[in-house]
Amino acid sequence: MKRLINQVPSKTTNLFLGLLPFLLIAIVYISSSNARLAENPNDKLLPSIEKSINSMSKLAFEKSKRSGEYVLLNDTLSSLKRLAMGVGISALFALLVGVTIGIIPYVTSTVSPLIWFFSLVPTMALLPILFIVFGLGEVSKVVLIILGIAPIMTREIYQRVKEIPSEQIIKVQTLGANTWQIIIRVITPQILPRLIDAIRLTLGTAWIFLISAEAIAATEGLGYRIFLVRRYLAMDVILPYVLWITLLAFLIDFILRIFNQRLFPWFGKE
Amino acid sequence: MKTSTFTKSFRLLSLIVLFLGLFSTSLFAQSKKDFKVAWSIYVGWMPWDVIASQKIMDKWANKYGINVEIVQINDYIESINQYSSGEFDGCVMANTDALGIPAAGGVDSTALIIGDFSNGNDVVISKNANSIKDLKGTNVNLVELSISHYLLARGLEKNGMSEKDITVVNTSDADMVSAYTTPQVTSVVTWKPQVSEILAMPKANNLFDSSKIPGEIIDLMVVNTQTLKENPALGKALVGAWYEMMSLMNTDTQKAKELKSLMAKASGTDLAGFEDQLKTTNMYYTAASAVEFNNSKEIIKNMEFVAKFSFDQGLYGEGASDYTFVGIEFPKGKVIGDKENIKLRFDDTYMKMAADGKL
Repeated sequence: MKRLINQVPSKTTNLFLGLLPFLLIAIVYISSSNARLAENPNDKLLPSIEKSINSMSKLAFEKSKRSGEYVLLNDTLSSLKRLAMGVGISALFALLVGVTIGIIPYVTSTVSPLIWFFSLVPTMALLPILFIVFGLGEVSKVVLIILGIAPIMTREIYQRVKEIPSEQIIKVQTLGANTWQIIIRVITPQILPRLIDAIRLTLGTAWIFLISAEAIAATEGLGYRIFLVRRYLAMDVILPYVLWITLLAFLIDFILRIFNQRLFPWFGKE
Repeated sequence: MKTSTFTKSFRLLSLIVLFLGLFSTSLFAQSKKDFKVAWSIYVGWMPWDVIASQKIMDKWANKYGINVEIVQINDYIESINQYSSGEFDGCVMANTDALGIPAAGGVDSTALIIGDFSNGNDVVISKNANSIKDLKGTNVNLVELSISHYLLARGLEKNGMSEKDITVVNTSDADMVSAYTTPQVTSVVTWKPQVSEILAMPKANNLFDSSKIPGEIIDLMVVNTQTLKENPALGKALVGAWYEMMSLMNTDTQKAKELKSLMAKASGTDLAGFEDQLKTTNMYYTAASAVEFNNSKEIIKNMEFVAKFSFDQGLYGEGASDYTFVGIEFPKGKVIGDKENIKLRFDDTYMKMAADGKL
């Protein structure tokens, strides 16, 4: 029927329509940048694409005069390390605690309200306390990520454990499985792909906490660089860095998705 | 058919963009009556708050037939960025930032008023080091690329050291006091009022402060050169209002106390605390003294230090080959750096008018 809801774009149109908003943004950016640069060739607010590429390639492929290191590589590695530690520890915590409170009622009663409470605390507001307790070093940056995402992940895992049909649990009990066996053989294998999904969902939040932590005290990192060059309005560095962070986030998400598909092909096909 | 619709919409879109561009530029070209200047909290800039609230600005603006809005911005760097992007016609800032942000960004700026220089407001503080030399191999927490960074660089230089001898940890100024209470942080560089709080702690040695480099950390009212050229009224009104406030402040009367109490309150301290900050600030209360400093050999030498620091730290961007990339102009046509690229001007024209009572 010829109604708007029934008209589906062809493959090429689909691709074109998807790219159109990006194209529009690029056109608006380039034209406003040109307008500003025509007035002031040194304008920093909307640098030309060439200038951004130039600055970025210097940061990426030339050793810094100050430290003798590749700045972009260094920033990326230290940020990814913090992110991996924060997310890794959170995932482990969520798996251990989420499964336990999902399956053992006594632990549920004791721990669940606490996790629920912590998942509601606005983590950024805890920052001053965090400094005093963990200092300004690497630890407080990782702890900030953990405090920000671990409770949410744990609640998510807890929900997913609750969703496992009770028939399954009853069935394995009739076959003689004890609590430990149920956790290891029945619950955990089913939870693992959901844990990866939980990681994918919280990664965006984890990035926010990472960048915030690096803004407050750091010697390197993607967030550090952005907040450092902000002091002299170097948009030719800030804009590519934001794109780079977005690309990294996309890649990590993509890898995790592939990982899930390969390792747990049954997941999502039930 | 499809492509032609696309071409049409593309043309329409380019037209819209073009039109918007022209429209926004034509707005700037109109002659102006309304001006906006920005200020942020610092002992030497608090008078602007009272100039606004006591209607002193309105009085002077009316005299020259313009409107001047004085806007407080909470984040100092943000206020400079806003000024550089054209949101404000003027903004208060320190000399290093005036050179590193608007001037290096190609915004031709004029230092309309030299308000003061820091004479001990900025301090290098350490828990266990007793001298700058003891800092070797340790971490120093400070706001990177700020006045603090400059102060430390000069302190190291005076002790035959360089930044390579220490590790700089970029730390937000808002967190400096709480950072100092943690065990990992041993040395910090910061400014008043944070300095007063940190020095009050049990282990805090003052290793180096801005009184040892007098006249190098200067606080300015910076305005857009083009705007000033087209609207001398703006310069006259701002300078007039400023020196009226200065003369009101610089007396021993009850009125001066009242005004200073207002400034103290707005900066989160009391009169005693504010007076304490003023003690380490070399205010130029009279236009004549500011003009004298503006014409001194000292300021040229000091700005050369600042230009070298700015270049070494990469503030001039990748296009610069050395510290002379940005030209700095002083009275009587004296210039350091590139004469073809003068972007920061120490212009005493308006302060002189105030000194001669011609405003």
